[in-house]
Amino acid sequence: METLGALKEAVIKGDIQKSTTETGKALEAGVAPQDILSQGLIGAMDEVGERFAKGLMFVPQMLRSAKTMQECVGLLKPHFEEGAVVAAGKVLIGSVKGDLHDIGKNLVAMMMEGAGFTITDLGVDVSPEGFVEKVREVEPDILGMSALLSTTMPAMRETVQALESAGLRDKVKIMIGGAPVTEEYARQIAADAYAPDAGSAIAEARRLLEV
Amino acid sequence: MIIIGENINTSRKPIGEAVEKRDAAYIREAARRQAAAGAHYIDVNAGTFLDREAESLCWLVETVQGETGLPLCLDSPNPKALSQAMERHRGEPMINSISLEKERLDSLLPVVTSRPCRVVALCMAQTCLPTTVQDRFDAGVRIIRALTGAGVPARNIYVDPLVQPVSVDTRMALAALGTLRRITDAFPEVHTVCGLSNVSFGLPERRLINRTFLALAAAHGLSAVICDPTDWQLMATLLAVEMLLDRDEYCGNFLDAYQDGRLAPGR
Repeated sequence: METLGALKEAVIKGDIQKSTTETGKALEAGVAPQDILSQGLIGAMDEVGERFAKGLMFVPQMLRSAKTMQECVGLLKPHFEEGAVVAAGKVLIGSVKGDLHDIGKNLVAMMMEGAGFTITDLGVDVSPEGFVEKVREVEPDILGMSALLSTTMPAMRETVQALESAGLRDKVKIMIGGAPVTEEYARQIAADAYAPDAGSAIAEARRLLEV
Repeated sequence: MIIIGENINTSRKPIGEAVEKRDAAYIREAARRQAAAGAHYIDVNAGTFLDREAESLCWLVETVQGETGLPLCLDSPNPKALSQAMERHRGEPMINSISLEKERLDSLLPVVTSRPCRVVALCMAQTCLPTTVQDRFDAGVRIIRALTGAGVPARNIYVDPLVQPVSVDTRMALAALGTLRRITDAFPEVHTVCGLSNVSFGLPERRLINRTFLALAAAHGLSAVICDPTDWQLMATLLAVEMLLDRDEYCGNFLDAYQDGRLAPGR
């Protein structure tokens, strides 16, 4: 679909004016809102995520593309019937107890939203008990945890254990990230996945949910 | 400008491996190079070692001080590792860092008042990272008062305004610079310090951004910088900056550096 190619390019470039115009054109041409969303918008953010992970695009460009996508989603919303949008999955995310850093977490949340996941962001300094309570309440497919300090990383292990004690461990896939975090550490604490940046987080999330 | 050499950090692969293997020669060389490049303090950080951080940090202190008489900057968010490392340290160390986060303040205040030392104090309160100049300044005032109230002389305090990436919010460099100006105006005896790499997170050509930020920060009153002194371009920028801020009589240091070839590549 040609219209969507132009839309996709405009979102990748972060051109709000062009992309909202293209979104309008696509709607007028009778393209289904779900297709505009998945091929035009989510498709664009996937490309952004890939380029970011490869070092071809940078954080400010990612933010700009995400904002652009949000504007277009705003135009599509009134055209969706109640419950007609199928999310790729539900994600719960937060920075662990004692850790106030949130830039990386916010980028991941934003990219995941762009990829069509529904995000509940618990913010920073979330205790293991806090995560457990929210997992029980929200029933996410994926729990994402972020830590920027080596001293707060142990809270990730504690959270995994707390979920086990609460009988919830097998109900959710756990993904971790943050500057001091490694693939090795994810294995040690029996997390399900590790991602080094917001771009790869999407690929990992899809792998976990087999979508 | 006080230079704190940042290279001995186990998050850098070769340093991490050297600490793991207890390769003293490698660490000593890393210390020697930074000292030769003009560092006044050598930062040591073993944060990636988690449970083994304290012992690794202590080993670093002994190894580095076996090579150079320079004081060290003991870099850890872990109060236990800091106090153990401090015991091993010969002379007056710099402690990196303290903040208003309750646990950190409570456990570190006795450590930094136990003997003469410099203290890096972050402009950070309990609840979240500061966003505005006012938030940072308010936190700065409180941490300075907490430290001076506990007996730390003002001149031993190095306030870090908390530099955040401009890639995420293009106002963040100005927020740090504004804080530096306000702190130095309000507390002329207190020193200021910051690292250079946060500001460029998420962007390409980071060294260019970092050394430009150094120039801006120096003009806003920065007294100490945590950086890589073996980065000749950075040090060349610093020489130009000090000269431009009228801290180089007859432009002597700048011209000496020029004569030595330190202002050009290929060294």
